[in-house]
Amino acid sequence: MLDPDRGLSLTIARVVQRLQGSSLHSQLERQARVSLHKPEIKLESLKEDIKDFLKTSGWEKKLQNAVYSELNMFPSPCHPAAPPEHIKEPLAYMRKAQGSWEKRILKSLNSMSTELNIPLAQKRPANEQKELLNKWNEMGTDEPDLSLFRPVYAPKDFLEVLMNLRNPNYENGEQPSFRNHLGLIQVPLKVKDIPELKEDFSELGLNIGQLGIDDSAQVPPEFFENEHVRVGQKVLAEQDSAAAQQYVRQGCPTALRADLWALILNISNQPEDILYYEQLKSNVIQHDLLVDSLIYKDVKLTASNDDYYFVFEDYLYQVLLCFSRDTSVLEHFTYSSATPPKSYIQGKLGMEEYAVFYPPNGMNFNYNSFILSVAPLCFLYHEPSKLYQIFREMYVRFFFRLHSISSHPSGIVSLCLLFETLLQTHLPQLFYHLREIGAQPLRISFKWMVRAFSGYLATDQLLLLWDRILGYNSLEILAVLAAAVFAFRAVNLMEVTSLAAAEAVLADLSTLKVMPLLQIFLFATVT
Amino acid sequence: FRIMAGKVKWVTDIEKSVLINNFEKRGWIQVAENEDWNFYWMSVQTIRNVFSVETGYRLSDDQIVNHFPNHYELTRKDLMVKNIKRYRKELEKEGSPLAEKDENGKYIYLDFVPVTFMLPADYNLFVEEFRKNPCSTWIMKPCGKAQGKGIFLINKLSQIKKWSRDSKTSSFVSQSSKEAYVISLYINNPLLIGGKKFDLRLYVLVSTYRPLRCYMYKLGFCRFCTVKYTPSTSELDNMFVHLTNVAIQKHGDDYNHIHGGKWTVSNLRLYLESTRGKEVTNKLFDEIHWIIVQSLKAVAPVMNNDKHCFECYGYDIIIDDKLKPWLIEVNASPSLTSSTANDRILKYNLINDTLNIAVPNGEIPDCKWNKSPPKEVLGNYEVLYDEEMAQSDGTDRDLRGRPGQSTGVKGSRARDSGKPVLTTWK
Repeated sequence: MLDPDRGLSLTIARVVQRLQGSSLHSQLERQARVSLHKPEIKLESLKEDIKDFLKTSGWEKKLQNAVYSELNMFPSPCHPAAPPEHIKEPLAYMRKAQGSWEKRILKSLNSMSTELNIPLAQKRPANEQKELLNKWNEMGTDEPDLSLFRPVYAPKDFLEVLMNLRNPNYENGEQPSFRNHLGLIQVPLKVKDIPELKEDFSELGLNIGQLGIDDSAQVPPEFFENEHVRVGQKVLAEQDSAAAQQYVRQGCPTALRADLWALILNISNQPEDILYYEQLKSNVIQHDLLVDSLIYKDVKLTASNDDYYFVFEDYLYQVLLCFSRDTSVLEHFTYSSATPPKSYIQGKLGMEEYAVFYPPNGMNFNYNSFILSVAPLCFLYHEPSKLYQIFREMYVRFFFRLHSISSHPSGIVSLCLLFETLLQTHLPQLFYHLREIGAQPLRISFKWMVRAFSGYLATDQLLLLWDRILGYNSLEILAVLAAAVFAFRAVNLMEVTSLAAAEAVLADLSTLKVMPLLQIFLFATVT
Repeated sequence: FRIMAGKVKWVTDIEKSVLINNFEKRGWIQVAENEDWNFYWMSVQTIRNVFSVETGYRLSDDQIVNHFPNHYELTRKDLMVKNIKRYRKELEKEGSPLAEKDENGKYIYLDFVPVTFMLPADYNLFVEEFRKNPCSTWIMKPCGKAQGKGIFLINKLSQIKKWSRDSKTSSFVSQSSKEAYVISLYINNPLLIGGKKFDLRLYVLVSTYRPLRCYMYKLGFCRFCTVKYTPSTSELDNMFVHLTNVAIQKHGDDYNHIHGGKWTVSNLRLYLESTRGKEVTNKLFDEIHWIIVQSLKAVAPVMNNDKHCFECYGYDIIIDDKLKPWLIEVNASPSLTSSTANDRILKYNLINDTLNIAVPNGEIPDCKWNKSPPKEVLGNYEVLYDEEMAQSDGTDRDLRGRPGQSTGVKGSRARDSGKPVLTTWK
């Protein structure tokens, strides 16, 4: 075990290393230099004066936000001697499973490329480049022939892999009984129980005002809403990430949400960020990737048919095509259990100097789930480069965990296990009944969680849910909500006699109000 | 001969399931037009006959119909504009603060219809206006048609030469009202979402014009064009870019049959609040309610306020990029065809709530009733304006709507114009 001081100094070292050389660093230096001209900076107390200056001019706050952001993203170091793969994923069997899953996906992608005789990447001819540039803002109306492309994998394939995970060091010699875990996930990860969740999510308690509950038509705004909005405006004026993160646990007022999320994710849309986005855009114009067609196909299948998101179809293409070429995303692989697949320039197989990551951002999966995590953001940000950055940050902070196999408490494996455990512990009769009729609850709720409920809830409800994801810096709330939904529809579910009927009962979540459901499940259910 | 005492007998010209299902679920009995009926869902043709001098007949106290006899004062494009212009002039003459104008001579509160002229009658006036802004685009609409039929855009005088009254090449002989056109300044800076143009369809139920009592359906929707909007002149002919009517959009290559290119008004509200802020969004919706009420007030004096009548209008509104709403037109027979499953549910509920208000308790009506339904039966309707209540009590409103709700529509409230004592809602 690492002693706390050691851990702290390691963390500090890591944060310093990451921020060194960043644009914030150079801006701070520049500001410090500029301040030398100010009369209040005296040579005798240079260091103190500059520090004070940075504080009053708001630059210290920016640094604070950046540090806070780093702390949120990276796990605490386990031990200075821990190898890098332990930071990605401490459990060996998980790493192995993720590795085989990746191999499988890559194989599928390669065989598609061979079958269709389309290279994984190729430079676009000049006239095609020009054409694409012209219709950059309306790619949705261009319908290339996508019939031969198939998704790399379906969500249920991924679920199958998760179901088959086993810890080779764990021997469960007990006879299967009521007290054993009856669900699909059979790995012994630690998940929280309701008392622990109540503590973690204490701001969702019955005595605390919430947006999504206490701003409904029947409640006069003076009780909670007006004050909450006032506080929100203050938080924004202070530009304090940590305060914002605390604040959004009670929900964001719609008019403040875009700015609050940007503050929490530490996105400021600087000129260099816009430039970076434009650079990505030109990469898209110049080169055509095989995965582009997969993206097209998946956007057409999902967002174009969605009641809320169809309007933003074109933005989705722009964001996703750029994202697949964004190599800065490769950074997150240091703390993700996934590893970006490598591809080799034609004819140079195995020669490391000719290896490239494919696609450039290293992400290979079913874009389906992934597309739906961009779409809700279109309701908040209509400027493309800002939309892009917010999405990228949301992805490397949270959503990547839904697509890789890991032991992280916010990883999809833990979420599935948390969901099943909550259901089995608190609604055992329902769980048993569904299992008996061949309708394992996870089979239904998996798709909700893997998409963070996007495409299932009404947009305003989804945004209230994602407020809490940001506020608590965790995806566990997805599992809690999934269990709460089952609890809500328990009466109907007890009467069904087939998987199809159970699916039908849970098919339409668009009328659900998430905050009351969560509150009742966590705080008002007799356990 | 069995007497079905107490059961409402209905007739309909419009064979749509959303109507018929609603009648049947109330246990009403279908009868033929020439039999004794209590409730008749008429086409506009029929209402014309019923109230015409030659073929008309008196309705009895237990008969209700779904149109006002001269609804066209509101629902014909040329008459609507004429009535609004008249209304504004009257207010101006009596010195009402509503008719206040700005330094450019534009009405501050009553400028909600794009500049419009009748053709061929106002041709010369139109030309004068056109020459003030020769780069402007105008939209030509036939007065008597619907569903986007016969509409086209022009940006050159030569394109409408044949409507010139003294044109020698005019083969346009007949000046009957059927072939009359209105020409309006085209709003070429519509608010775009996702780069696409859209308009708003809102349903408004009027149970009486004097005193004015009207309800707004909370579940209106936005209709999106499938193709990206461009004001470029080369696309003037592409109706998919410019006209949002579903009847037109339906034939576009990209028309989607699942969501039908529609958004709910609450989606719109969420989007605007999130991207533009709450105050401007509230102001926009307030203005929308305002212009609807003003349009009804404008025609109220000329409407035949026959007590056998109620009417459910389809209001078409466009929002420009400065978040100003414009009234485009009012439809007397909003489409009851459903393009998607959600649509069908919406229209079914619309008719349901309409019938609950127009035919209280689903029983045989008495047209002399006070047309004041209790709050519980409103369903998804909200009181938009109640003249009687506004006159008796200035501040209290039926539903003090709350800003920022998912359903988004507010009941009538005092206008937040910041101007002193605008007794606008009385």
